[in-house]
Amino acid sequence: MMLIEDLSVGYRETSVLHGIDLKIEAGEILVLVGGSGCGKSTVLRTLAGLHRPSGGAITLDGRPIVRTSAERALVFQEDGLLPWRSVRRNVELPLAIRGVPRISRRSQALSWIERVGLDGYADHLPRELSGGMRQRVQLARTLASGPRVILADEPFGALDAQTRRAMQLLLVDVWSQQPTTIVFVTHDVDEAVFLGDRVAVLGGRPTSIRSIVDVPFPRGGGDNSAARAEILAALGSTQ
Amino acid sequence: MRKHLLRGGSLVAALLLWQLLTSLHVDFWLHFDRLPTVVDVARDLGYQLQTPLYYRDLGDSLGRILMGFALAALAGVAIGVAVGRSALTGDIVSPPLEVLRPIPAIAMVPIAILLFPSNEQGIVFITFLAAFFPIMVSTRHAVAALPVVWEEAVLTMGGNRRRVLWSVVLPGALPGVFSGLSVGMGVAWICVISAEMISGQYGVGYRTWQAYTVVDYPGVIVGMLSIGLLGFGSAAAVELVGRRVTRWLPREAEIAR
Ligand SMILES: Nc1ncnc2c1ncn2[C@@H]1O[C@H](COP(=O)(O)OP(=O)(O)OP(=O)(O)O)[C@@H](O)[C@H]1O
Ligand SMILES: [Mg+2]
Repeated sequence: MMLIEDLSVGYRETSVLHGIDLKIEAGEILVLVGGSGCGKSTVLRTLAGLHRPSGGAITLDGRPIVRTSAERALVFQEDGLLPWRSVRRNVELPLAIRGVPRISRRSQALSWIERVGLDGYADHLPRELSGGMRQRVQLARTLASGPRVILADEPFGALDAQTRRAMQLLLVDVWSQQPTTIVFVTHDVDEAVFLGDRVAVLGGRPTSIRSIVDVPFPRGGGDNSAARAEILAALGSTQ
Repeated sequence: MRKHLLRGGSLVAALLLWQLLTSLHVDFWLHFDRLPTVVDVARDLGYQLQTPLYYRDLGDSLGRILMGFALAALAGVAIGVAVGRSALTGDIVSPPLEVLRPIPAIAMVPIAILLFPSNEQGIVFITFLAAFFPIMVSTRHAVAALPVVWEEAVLTMGGNRRRVLWSVVLPGALPGVFSGLSVGMGVAWICVISAEMISGQYGVGYRTWQAYTVVDYPGVIVGMLSIGLLGFGSAAAVELVGRRVTRWLPREAEIAR
């Protein structure tokens, strides 16, 4: 369980986040939505340990988060691949850091590349791929590392509707097989109610949590239009 | 095809002009009458190519430059990375280096002669110094300009400082390092030749100056051509390796296609 208490975060003098309280259960998918520039990426970067909060506390299972760790993987909003490594070698990198032997590194990487729909591209360099393909490589890299917490920053933003749905299903599939906590940032309210057990709406200045909406039927199986309307209303009131 | 013909023709015309000016002893403000003809130079080159001394000179110059350049590459990359990564290291290491940097390496020849037990080591030192600064400075810039997201990606995978150094900083800075190596190789040649002319024994620079002092002018030109050829070859080698290791750069792709 990840516990965020009275968190405030800023860059130099400017305060971006203020008074954030959030309890994220183990194995939950929590979606963050909010206007552009409100601080969603800042939340994820702070949870990843890349950015030091200016106040408050974050703990994962009781232990404070003070630095980056392999147990909390971040899918970057911008292109986070190493451009001199092929797709396969990018996906292999977290495995190498974890000390997985070379041969099984290779086969694991290839199977993840296939699962994100990029078989045949293993030996391509990132610059030979489209933006959406690079995002899928980042997803493969993150899933391959098998983290306890996945922090995903608009990972499917550049995908067409069909590929986007396929990637959402892949994420849900992996998540249902291995107990993983996911904090997922998106601009797309439909994506939010499809994936999230709960959707947190961020807003205000400095940003805090406006409301937390429970999704009655996460990942399909029922009518979520009430939750969807509630999120849209909360988003609208923050503009 | 036409382009190649034109270029070849231009070279031949230049050689012909040289041959004409020198064989006709043209003395019109410039003293072409004192220079050897193309034929003289070719004959001397043919002769020198058969003497072991010519190869010994080439080998000595090459050995000096490779030694000095290799040391400069190691030290330049190591110090450039250390200074580019840590402001503290920069504050400690940079001041004396910044004082030395504007002094052309060749101006250090007297110090090198005094400091080192043999001329040989002095020449290698001058070569080292000449190549060190461009390599260090461009490594430092490349390291400081690395996008942070690469490092952050490796950190969030659980990578430590050493992993960041080997998997992000060094490969990411390679394009910058290689532009430093190219410049460094160029100035290293200038300095090894000059240092040989001043204080060498054997070496192409020494041999060229020697030929001048004994009025062997074809020998001077053969020396010059050899220097040019070695300089061209070493620059091309650095360029070639640089291109291979930085194939991932986006703009290389556009040029190649
Ligand atoms: N490195 C930085 N230095 C200074 N200010 C920053 C920095 N990064 C972000 N900010 C500021 O923090 C605020 C939140 O930025 P953040 O990237 O978290 O927004 P976001 O919600 O992810 O936006 P988007 O939806 O557009 O990705 C912005 O107002 C931005 O100006
Ligand atoms: Mg963002």
